[in-house]
Amino acid sequence: MPVIDKTTFEELKQMSGEDFINELIDTFLEDAPKMIAEIKSGFATNNADTFRRAAHSMKSNAATFGASHLAALSKELEMLGKENKLNEAGDRLKALDEAYASVRDELKGLKS
Amino acid sequence: MKSRHDPGQMLVVDDNRVNRLLLTRALEQNGHQVANAENGRIGLEMLRAKPYDVVLLDIDMPEMNGFEVLEALLEDEELRYLPVIMTSASDELDRVVKCIEMGAEDYLVKPLNPVLLRARVNASLEKKRLPDEQRKLFRTFATPAVAEQLLRDGFTLGGKYITASIMFCDIRSFTTLSEKHEPAEIIELLNDYFALMFDAITANNGTVNQMQGDGLMAIFGAPASDEQHSEHAVNAALEMIELLKAFNEQRVTQNKSEVRIGIGIATGKVIAGYTGTQHRATYTCVGDTVNLAARIESHTKVAGQPVLIDQYTRDGLSGQIQVEDLGEVIFKGKEQSIRVFSVAT
Repeated sequence: MPVIDKTTFEELKQMSGEDFINELIDTFLEDAPKMIAEIKSGFATNNADTFRRAAHSMKSNAATFGASHLAALSKELEMLGKENKLNEAGDRLKALDEAYASVRDELKGLKS
Repeated sequence: MKSRHDPGQMLVVDDNRVNRLLLTRALEQNGHQVANAENGRIGLEMLRAKPYDVVLLDIDMPEMNGFEVLEALLEDEELRYLPVIMTSASDELDRVVKCIEMGAEDYLVKPLNPVLLRARVNASLEKKRLPDEQRKLFRTFATPAVAEQLLRDGFTLGGKYITASIMFCDIRSFTTLSEKHEPAEIIELLNDYFALMFDAITANNGTVNQMQGDGLMAIFGAPASDEQHSEHAVNAALEMIELLKAFNEQRVTQNKSEVRIGIGIATGKVIAGYTGTQHRATYTCVGDTVNLAARIESHTKVAGQPVLIDQYTRDGLSGQIQVEDLGEVIFKGKEQSIRVFSVAT
């Protein structure tokens, strides 16, 4: 599975315009670390609502950029938050870090 | 009416910055003016502060979520007709369905499809414009409250029997009056007079449905239902007399002749409904009660009393209003005599 689905990304670029896509990427790269931090703090404090909401936001943005793997992973986390099963999230958090890192690197390269 | 591609004022409510940027951008590309809010509470404050045409509302938000915003909008007289498009992830359609059932206009799935966005926003704009026009039209002949009720409940009164109080009012010796004044002055007088009468009637839940020359007809208890229609009609009459007194004091100081009116009120069953065409409709009441109110109004000249009412109207009054029984009167075209009461002014 590619880190970023090119068709989705191209559609996004077409819809938003060349200049705007950079702003959109920058915004995501600025906000995503905060979302990950919130997911982790939700996990650490067993706050399912914070956890779920941050995972939901990450899922939504990842899907927007065509980051399918990151989106799928975030969705799993969101579901765990919804079902109040944060204890099952442990190893997925590491996977989240890795998935985001690849998305970040690829998006930086996609900026025009 | 504006065409469907005219720009509108949009509000995007979403806690996610990328989503806000993207929606704002896409809407701006379609020519709309876009404002945005980062949570439901701020969004609601903005909606109450300034008019918008369409809201794009996220569901999952901190402080106040989409459900809560939607609920608040539906309870708000001013905002209940504002089209709300829910924006949500594709895996939360069950929640979207709940919003649509609650009263949201439509929904959009994120990530956004620009074609669907344009189509749904334009459809919502179009749907909003029609009630906006209707509201404007209704407000010219009814109170804002009545206009809102009509919009909410629709034209359900078409050809229905209802119990209401009907009022007729006109100016005494208007012909003599109009012979004494210049035409422009007469028109000005009529405008002032109608403005005052409308104020008193609408302030008491009445609806003026006819104006002819110096006369007017008003309905209490319909189109918006009002259990105290008799009392409200009589209160309106008293207020009309009161307002006219002040108006006359002013006219006397300007060396103009005073204006006297007669008011007749009858209560009972009427057939009510909207008549006319799509472009021009009025709310009409017909039936014996309407004829009786007109006859009673005419009788004010004979009785020398400004406000006369029938027995049914009197029966609907609380104790605070003083009335005098003037006995039975036989009106033209009526088989039975009618007991008439004069209201103390």
